[in-house]
Amino acid sequence: MRFEGSDNYVATPDLMLAVNAAIRLQRPLLIKGEPGTGKTMLAEEVAAALGMPLMQWHIKSTTKAQQGLYEYDAVSRLRDSQLGDDKVKDIGNYIVKGTLWQAFEAEQPTVVLIDEIDKADIEFPNDLLRELDRMEFHVYETRETIKARHRPIVFITSNNEKELPDAFLRRCFFHYIKFPDRDTMQRIVDVHFPGIKQALLKEALEVFFGLREVPGLKKKPSTSELIDWLKLLVAEEIPVEALRSPDQKASIPPLHGALLKNEQDMHLFERLVFMAQRNR
Amino acid sequence: MLIDFFLHLKARKLPVSTKEFLTLLEALQAGLGGHSMEDFYFLSRSTLVKDESLFDRFDQAFGEYFKGVEQIPGLDVDLPAEWLKAMMQKHLSPEERARLEKLGWDTLMEEFKKRLAEQKGRHEGGSKWVGTGGSSPFGNNGYHPEGIRVGGESAGNRTAVKVWDQREYRNLDDSVELGTRNIKVALRRLRRFARQGAPDELDLDGTIAATARNAGWLDLMMRPERHNAVKVLIFFDVGGSMDDHIKVCEELFSACRAEFKHLEYFYFHNCVYDHVWRDSHRRHSERTPTLDVIHKYGPDYKLIFVGDATMSPYEILQPNGSIEYSNNEAGAVWLRRLGDAYPSLAWLNPEPERSWDYRQSIGLIRKILGERMFPLSLDGLTRAITHLSRKQ
Repeated sequence: MRFEGSDNYVATPDLMLAVNAAIRLQRPLLIKGEPGTGKTMLAEEVAAALGMPLMQWHIKSTTKAQQGLYEYDAVSRLRDSQLGDDKVKDIGNYIVKGTLWQAFEAEQPTVVLIDEIDKADIEFPNDLLRELDRMEFHVYETRETIKARHRPIVFITSNNEKELPDAFLRRCFFHYIKFPDRDTMQRIVDVHFPGIKQALLKEALEVFFGLREVPGLKKKPSTSELIDWLKLLVAEEIPVEALRSPDQKASIPPLHGALLKNEQDMHLFERLVFMAQRNR
Repeated sequence: MLIDFFLHLKARKLPVSTKEFLTLLEALQAGLGGHSMEDFYFLSRSTLVKDESLFDRFDQAFGEYFKGVEQIPGLDVDLPAEWLKAMMQKHLSPEERARLEKLGWDTLMEEFKKRLAEQKGRHEGGSKWVGTGGSSPFGNNGYHPEGIRVGGESAGNRTAVKVWDQREYRNLDDSVELGTRNIKVALRRLRRFARQGAPDELDLDGTIAATARNAGWLDLMMRPERHNAVKVLIFFDVGGSMDDHIKVCEELFSACRAEFKHLEYFYFHNCVYDHVWRDSHRRHSERTPTLDVIHKYGPDYKLIFVGDATMSPYEILQPNGSIEYSNNEAGAVWLRRLGDAYPSLAWLNPEPERSWDYRQSIGLIRKILGERMFPLSLDGLTRAITHLSRKQ
């Protein structure tokens, strides 16, 4: 079982190594990186490439570790008890299985994505230590132990909003997706737009990397923004010439709203362009 | 195997643990890092280092450790022979391995030693000496089938050494960069949630307990939502020598504003005396007596000073020592008073920590505040926050 990137995902050698190490040694892989560099995509692509079902668990600030295992729906049991429903005698009817439980009891190995783990409470990762280590947990209500039939491949993404506890980190492999360089970016774009005109692409990348260099931007445009922008350029059939102005710095690229998502950034950028035009 | 490497990382202050080291060995045994030095670098990084702000330190340590191989002072370099052997065997194809066996590992190593002894200085190209390029069996980027790869990827445009020598992650080192976002992340650890306000959330456990007490009739219990309840009081030093640190203070301030609901801030100059102020333009007309601050904001506030603590010692120790006006009580008295009023307290100093010992006033303030001064770097801020979030 090896992951080599896929038709619509370009994996750098270091990323492939980290993914394959995690698959081989059956340990969770923690992924960090700038927003929009394909952290969440990775799990989807690995699942697709290895032909495994993907179980996604999106974390919010209110998510508890227990919810990934199971939840005991006490309220419906109470209601049923008051209605005199026969179901009420078996507590198992009110145990709602969580993502990890479903992955553990699946017939075939699965890929589990725990997305944005840093959004949850600080104790969240600690509560999952044993579950991810031994791939088993105990259900108190029914007094059974759920053990994984096949150890799932676990991907965990983080946006660095909270620090993760050391004990948790020690059990994971770690990979930081760095922003792709020009060559990698070219490959990424080729994967998404196989038919794009080379001239247009060259100019677009030029503009894009130039924009990333603008000092003081609050949010630099990332890969996913580039892809969106190219999509627009292709859809609107913007000619190459529109991108290639005689003085690179002195024009606003068409549809730049797809690249700059922040009002302040937009103002800053327009002001810079205006200054450049005046100084000409 | 590789224990020296592990200890080297440890000596370079990387938080590596034995468990992670064993994982690395397991991965090597599974043949994961067996293709090149670069693979080994990536593999060891993803097993041992779990924080991108430590990547730069790891790159340096890795470079230092394997530099020995590049410079080749002799075969007694730090690279363990067994590992080299294992790497080489994994890297060679079966045919090559057969040929290698014909030549024999010992012969090859013997040859290697001999060449090393003959060679002086760096060498590139050619077909005999150890160096980069060329077709000698030893060195970097060669294409001799029996080559011992010494610290590099074989004939290709990416050499392994380049990867860590580029030091791409330098910017992420936590003792260097401090932006608003970083500060926010650090401050977020000070969050303390508490339930306050209108009860508008279903308390499931409470409902179950109440219903059980109620002999089975559903009794809904509500409770208020959780909010960040931590209270912060910040004193900023402004003017004079603090002008050099305006940017970082602005960033800290904007991060604090976004992060804390209960945030109060005041300004002072050099040292805190009997009054502070809120608005720098009207600092002479609208002053707040420091005692009022102490009375208004209770001891549950966490007090943070931001200042370089660089001044003449008289400004701290002597009454009338202030450079702006004549103060009846010395700065030290006021600092102690604030220290008594706020058990949870920290002083953030934008001056680098290594220069602290050279300034008498910094030493004085550290003594008065019980060594609770931290540098205004990401690492220092994290330490300060850890200290503040401790239960007093």
